[in-house]
Amino acid sequence: MIRLEKRPQPSRIFSLATPVLAVVATMIFGGLLFAVLGKDPLVAIRTIFWDPLFGEFAFYYRPQLLIKGAPLVLIAIGLSMGFKAGIWNIGAEGQYIMGALFGAGVGLAFYPLEGWYIFPLMVLAGAFGGWIWAMIPAILKVRFGTNEILVSLMLVYVAEQFLASMSLGLMKNPEGFGFPGSRNLQQYESAFNADLIAGSGMHWGVVAAMIAVIFAYVLLSKHRLGFAIRVTGEAPRAAKFSGVNPARLVLFCLGVSGMLAGLAGMFEVSGPAGQVTIDFNVGYGFTAIIVAFLGRLHPIGILLAGLLMALTYIGGDIAQSNLGLPAAAIQVFQGMLLFFLLALDVLTNYRLRFGTGEVA
Amino acid sequence: MTDTPLLHLSGLTKAYPGVVANDDVSLTIAPGEVHALLGENGAGKSTLVKMIYGLVKPDTGLMEMQGAPFAPPEPRAARSAGVGMVFQHFSLFDALSVAENIALGMENAPRMSALSARIKAVSETYGLPLAPDRIVGDLSAGERQRVEIIRCLLQEPKLLIMDEPTSVLTPQEVEILFKTLRKLSAEGTAILYISHKLEEIRSLCDTATILRLGKVVGHCIPRDTSARDMAEMMVGSALKTPTRAGKEPGEVVLALNGLSARSPSAFGMPLRDISVEVRAGEILGIGGVAGNGQDELLATLSGEMLTAGGMIHFGGDDVSLLGPTARRARGMLSAPEERLGHAAAPDMSLTENALLTGAVREKLDTGGFINWSRARGFAEAIVERFDVRTPGPANAARSLSGGNLQKFVIGREVLQRPDLLVVNQPTWGVDASAAAAIRQALLDLAEGGTALIVISQDLDELMEISDRFAALNEGRLSEPRPAAGLTVEEIGLMMGGAHGMEVAHV
Repeated sequence: MIRLEKRPQPSRIFSLATPVLAVVATMIFGGLLFAVLGKDPLVAIRTIFWDPLFGEFAFYYRPQLLIKGAPLVLIAIGLSMGFKAGIWNIGAEGQYIMGALFGAGVGLAFYPLEGWYIFPLMVLAGAFGGWIWAMIPAILKVRFGTNEILVSLMLVYVAEQFLASMSLGLMKNPEGFGFPGSRNLQQYESAFNADLIAGSGMHWGVVAAMIAVIFAYVLLSKHRLGFAIRVTGEAPRAAKFSGVNPARLVLFCLGVSGMLAGLAGMFEVSGPAGQVTIDFNVGYGFTAIIVAFLGRLHPIGILLAGLLMALTYIGGDIAQSNLGLPAAAIQVFQGMLLFFLLALDVLTNYRLRFGTGEVA
Repeated sequence: MTDTPLLHLSGLTKAYPGVVANDDVSLTIAPGEVHALLGENGAGKSTLVKMIYGLVKPDTGLMEMQGAPFAPPEPRAARSAGVGMVFQHFSLFDALSVAENIALGMENAPRMSALSARIKAVSETYGLPLAPDRIVGDLSAGERQRVEIIRCLLQEPKLLIMDEPTSVLTPQEVEILFKTLRKLSAEGTAILYISHKLEEIRSLCDTATILRLGKVVGHCIPRDTSARDMAEMMVGSALKTPTRAGKEPGEVVLALNGLSARSPSAFGMPLRDISVEVRAGEILGIGGVAGNGQDELLATLSGEMLTAGGMIHFGGDDVSLLGPTARRARGMLSAPEERLGHAAAPDMSLTENALLTGAVREKLDTGGFINWSRARGFAEAIVERFDVRTPGPANAARSLSGGNLQKFVIGREVLQRPDLLVVNQPTWGVDASAAAAIRQALLDLAEGGTALIVISQDLDELMEISDRFAALNEGRLSEPRPAAGLTVEEIGLMMGGAHGMEVAHV
């Protein structure tokens, strides 16, 4: 029989090393997977991890790293607050969509007026859209004790229906020759979330993600509210005893994660994506869950994990087009990363015991 | 008694990483003997009985049962060799009946009707009346213990191990239990009785073995040895009895007016119309069997559970609707029973745990931003002032022993100069010297003019430190009475007598 035994004091070095070990294990087993699929594993791994950064076309892929990484980091930072406190917002994808719809909606309402104030208003509207969508599971949980996991997840599908309805109806481009999708905000100067330095991929969303990382770091390590979040996750009864109001914490954590997801959606729709379309969302809200855990719910970790995840996205795309790897294989590869991280995490906190049970 | 001992242990040693739980322990029990196993927490009592019961394998040493080698690889083997054990914590399913619970623990359970008949027979023989068809969730703690004992007796054990059986019983229920144990002993069943309640051991046991730090440090005949001598053998040094100077109580600090509240949990106990006043410098001891509203009372006083307005007055103001932080700011502090997970966050450092309740009164933050060096300073002050054994405040609360963590938890509140301190089970599972230190700290606090409410199941402790005593029973608080001069009989009646359990006729 194999049993898990809790380690009294987990090794600090090992707990810092687990993300690296997880990446290495993913490369090994991912390589095996690619070999079974008949591809040269070394080439595949190189295509995913090396080419986007240092390959022939790296000048094109490097900005993509920021463009894909920023929404992941922004959303994951918000999610990590709730996850630390044991509040599980699984519906960031929906909040991301609503943020994009609110932000784009404000921008489109002003069209074709130009003004410096339009973009800031869109930012506020995006944050509000994500926040209000997250308040639905938050208030239902606080008032009626519903499960926020289920409610927030199901609201993703509601948001997707909204998105489809908007891109086919209210927000459809009147000059779009009947094609679904809104006007392209990239062609509307006041609403365009352009690169701050042309060609760098550095748009306002990247700035917002950096601010969110610093904000979360300070909150969690220096502020009583961050302390309340951590205590609630570690020992809910002790948190309540110390004076934490659990209902308020639910509202705060879901509110912040919804707001950041909404911002991510707004920056995406007004920048890299440019328009509201039926297939606007590409799963950032779900991938951010992996990013949050891969970064061990720590702001700096999330920053690194977001970039790594963006890398596998870009590298995965290249591998798909250049090597003909199936998309599913790339997704399995990304799933492996989370799997190995969680498995190694267990081994950091517990040790395996073999043999017959002995109750000590 | 015959010449062949029932159980003979020689040179048993069991080491865990970092600690030798049992070091060369030898012990002999004759048939029908009631043998006490005495020792502080961590002395190795539990490890020793777990080896006898087959839960733990000794590293070295021999066990013999009636002259034959005995090395049970698992509890099933120990049971079939005639060893029964009643654990301190019951393993019963609330939603099942008595007979169903007992059937679950049997190798080849007979048909329910046959089993019920056997349960009836055994329970009547040993003066433990118990209806087999009752639902366990409705039973009192004393009755649940009967279920566990009967479960053991059905196997007709030659040796019955009892781990701290009286911690959940009223004095009257203890008397019933002792009658049963004496009858078993008279019939030749040996009993290995673990406890640290010395007066009980003096009245029940024939012989005693005293363990300290895993070693046998002495044997004695409890009837001929004073409780104080046994305690000093356990601790290994002279015990300091808590001292206090008598003092007139001051102003009313806390007044409860008809405090009533529903319990938040399904199997909890509602509080029913509790009215009492506590004055500055006074210690109100609250006794009662566990589960009669102790946790709920603490929660309503700490502010974790809010009541209707007007029920709780502190320093003349109605604080019923204030949360824990606001109450702490006013000087109303508390320390709950459960150390890990309630009073302290297990995986967080002592510094973080100091911050947990100390933030407001010790000014450990400014505008919400935590001053970590002040928090560390506060944690260090607790560690030093209360002699908490730990390498430093960066260690996790989980890494401390029960006694040390309890000293930390109580010390954290005491150092915040409370006007009212409510503690629940301040010395539960704490070794004797730490317990004495905690009681002394509580007495010193009262000396300085703090009003205290000490909720405890240890009656000796309450009698030692309380000015007035009251008992919680079914969520009601009895009229408080001066503690001096209360007899055990009177206390027992305040606690609800034998909880409707029929008195044994043995």
